[in-house]
Amino acid sequence: MQYSHLDMLESRSIHILRESYSAFKNLCMLWSIGKDSTVLLCLARKAFYGHVPFPLVHVDTHYKIPEMIEYRDRLAMAWNLDMIYGENREALDQKETFPDGRATRIECCRRLKTEALTHTLAGDWPRYRLNHTTGLYEVDPNREPFTGVIVGVRADEEGSRSKERYFSPRDRAGDWDADDQPPEFWGQYKTDFAPGTHVRIHPLLDWTEVDIWEYIRREGVPVVSLYFNHGDGKRYRSLGCWPCTKPVDSDASTLDEIIEELKSGKFARVAERSGREQDKEDGGGLEELRRGGYM
Amino acid sequence: MADEKLHMNIVVAGHVDHGKSTVIGRLLADTHTLPDGKIEGIRELCRRTGKPFEYAFLLDALKDERAQGITIDTARCFFETEKRKYIIIDAPGHIEFLKNMITGASRADAALLVIDAAEGICENSRRHGYMLEMLGITQIAVLVNKIDLVGYDRAVYDGIVRDYTAFLHTIGITPAVFIPVSAMEGDNIASHSARTPWYDGPDVLEELDRFEGGGHEDKKPLRIPVEDVYKFTEGGDDRRIVAGLCESGSLRAGDEVVFYPSGKSARVKTLEEWFMDADPARRPLEFSRGKSCGFTLETQIYVRRGEIACKAGEEAPAVGRTFRASMFWLGKSPLVPGKEYIIKSCTAKTVCRVAKIHSVLDAASLGKTTDAKQANRHDIADCTIICEREIAFDIGASLPATGRFVIVDNYEISGGGIITEILPDEEGMKGSSAAVSPAERAKYLRQKPLTVSVPDEETGRSLERALFEEGRIAYYAPRLSDEQKNALLSAGLIVLTAGDGEIEATGNLAEDVTAVLLASDNALEV
Repeated sequence: MQYSHLDMLESRSIHILRESYSAFKNLCMLWSIGKDSTVLLCLARKAFYGHVPFPLVHVDTHYKIPEMIEYRDRLAMAWNLDMIYGENREALDQKETFPDGRATRIECCRRLKTEALTHTLAGDWPRYRLNHTTGLYEVDPNREPFTGVIVGVRADEEGSRSKERYFSPRDRAGDWDADDQPPEFWGQYKTDFAPGTHVRIHPLLDWTEVDIWEYIRREGVPVVSLYFNHGDGKRYRSLGCWPCTKPVDSDASTLDEIIEELKSGKFARVAERSGREQDKEDGGGLEELRRGGYM
Repeated sequence: MADEKLHMNIVVAGHVDHGKSTVIGRLLADTHTLPDGKIEGIRELCRRTGKPFEYAFLLDALKDERAQGITIDTARCFFETEKRKYIIIDAPGHIEFLKNMITGASRADAALLVIDAAEGICENSRRHGYMLEMLGITQIAVLVNKIDLVGYDRAVYDGIVRDYTAFLHTIGITPAVFIPVSAMEGDNIASHSARTPWYDGPDVLEELDRFEGGGHEDKKPLRIPVEDVYKFTEGGDDRRIVAGLCESGSLRAGDEVVFYPSGKSARVKTLEEWFMDADPARRPLEFSRGKSCGFTLETQIYVRRGEIACKAGEEAPAVGRTFRASMFWLGKSPLVPGKEYIIKSCTAKTVCRVAKIHSVLDAASLGKTTDAKQANRHDIADCTIICEREIAFDIGASLPATGRFVIVDNYEISGGGIITEILPDEEGMKGSSAAVSPAERAKYLRQKPLTVSVPDEETGRSLERALFEEGRIAYYAPRLSDEQKNALLSAGLIVLTAGDGEIEATGNLAEDVTAVLLASDNALEV
């Protein structure tokens, strides 16, 4: 049996997902609604034979493109997902955000994403859980901290991410020590950890943007239609909050066209996150955010 | 899939400043992987700043651009030949980063080890050679670099080949291919150089294409370490799926599998794989090496994480608690005999102790100490290890994936080892202080202790009674501290409790009794 490159990537990711499930009692997966974490979600369904045996956590900045939230809830109901979202209610109420003109883009990311995520994972801010009977979100009485957090980052996305491990420890404050990371070899990962710390798990680390799209095509993974051109010559290459994410000029309206564009077409040498404004605001800004817990 | 070229991971290792970055830069340049005008730009910059041009600058320049949003990765570079796609992993040459070197190198299928012709074999030339061997990377090409600096002198090249081959022999490696190169001048990288007429071997690109990729047919015995047994009841799903990564061999429906250490066996009923489109044409007929797979069994037997699924009729793994191993140590605190560590070998995990350190080797100098009291960071120790529980394992030299382990000290992976010899367990009993071992107790009580979570008192009481009538010692105690629970388990009991259990009782008495009996059955077969 000769396995292909995609088969091998899939197999390694499934192994990491299964090892996480065995090792962590309070495990969750972050779902940003983007293509990467949706591929990750489908890999989880594959690893666990159609089931997803841990909750999915989404940080809602309330500035996401509305179509993303509709898509999230539609799939959550259809696939019977244990769906949870968290938010920074105070910053939103106080209008301490970039769209309100009261924060820089990076500060806004820190408040609406990093802080909301840290407190949602720790369980000290409210979590909202989907009730599958009513289709509505309710405050979740479970406030236990998550100790294993599965995240769909890829090493090739931008500089700081290429330093990541598959299992990456975070200390009590959620900080990441990029300069002193555990060794990782022979399929053995850091699954033992001191109380109060937690581990970020990165099953997609070895995937590239092209791998993701080829897998979406091969497996029929449903992605938000914002990724495709609908006749106006524009599409999103990377999804985020609407004030800070711009569509790119592209005629690609099918999976084949997207893959062609990435492999040999106009985007073969242009960064994926070039439409993400927060990356440009200051050099090394993302690594700073990531040390503080940003995805 | 359309044009799916095979991929291969290559690690470039060697002593600091021996030219690893230059080799990578040259490979990228000569395979036309670089953006147009890139090299010219760097040459111009060097001319203006009065520095000699170096390919390593190219990598630095790519890194800077990357920070500004260009997609070329420097921790991992990509290039392509006619034959396949290569992913280059840059391994740090500095000793402080040995654990990063190991992390990177362990993902590689083959290695280029760079030695400076002028400076000769250095500390990390040897150390990296040794580490590559221990990590199981057998395809190594040694590049004798900067051959231009010694005037393309064959005698210098021959000297390094002789000395490094001798070194490889001492650590039991078949001599690798040696290639005289100048990454700076481009000699023997992508084409044969006229300046080394005395060398008639392959150039670097030819040698890379000669390496064998993973995923070729595997004649070795089946090994699938069990990661878990899944039973997700949601939606009426009643399959019990044994899941694990296939480390060697292959498996089909109808095969008789034996699980070790328990020795239980059953026939494979179905191979399981889930597809979103549920296309029956995609149903697998065989699982082989490298596949994260799952299967169901015709008869219900209780197996759990840590066992290894093997095929009846094929070579079986060893089962025991004691073995000898060659181990590299990365821990901040030294490895000392007698201390309790956690050992992880595939999916098995138990407590272990080092009974004896036979010798300690400095991989850089090859200096050997036979009366060492401890092994320090970066040392390689030959030692005897005793595990608290039996595990199944192979000898590393015959089946690498199931013949190795890692040691966890204070939550950190602190060492990696290759099993070199199976030792009788008697030796391991020495120094054991337990008057009655858990295994002896289990055998006497004819049950293995375990916890069962019960939903309510009625279920707990009736399950306790039913198990009692089956000859098992179960005790219903809804609320227990961890300490109390551990005491009951140490005493060998089946504990029925309200908390988290290894088994979750459903309230269906007959089903629950079967599940508990299956789970505590191990002891009967010891």
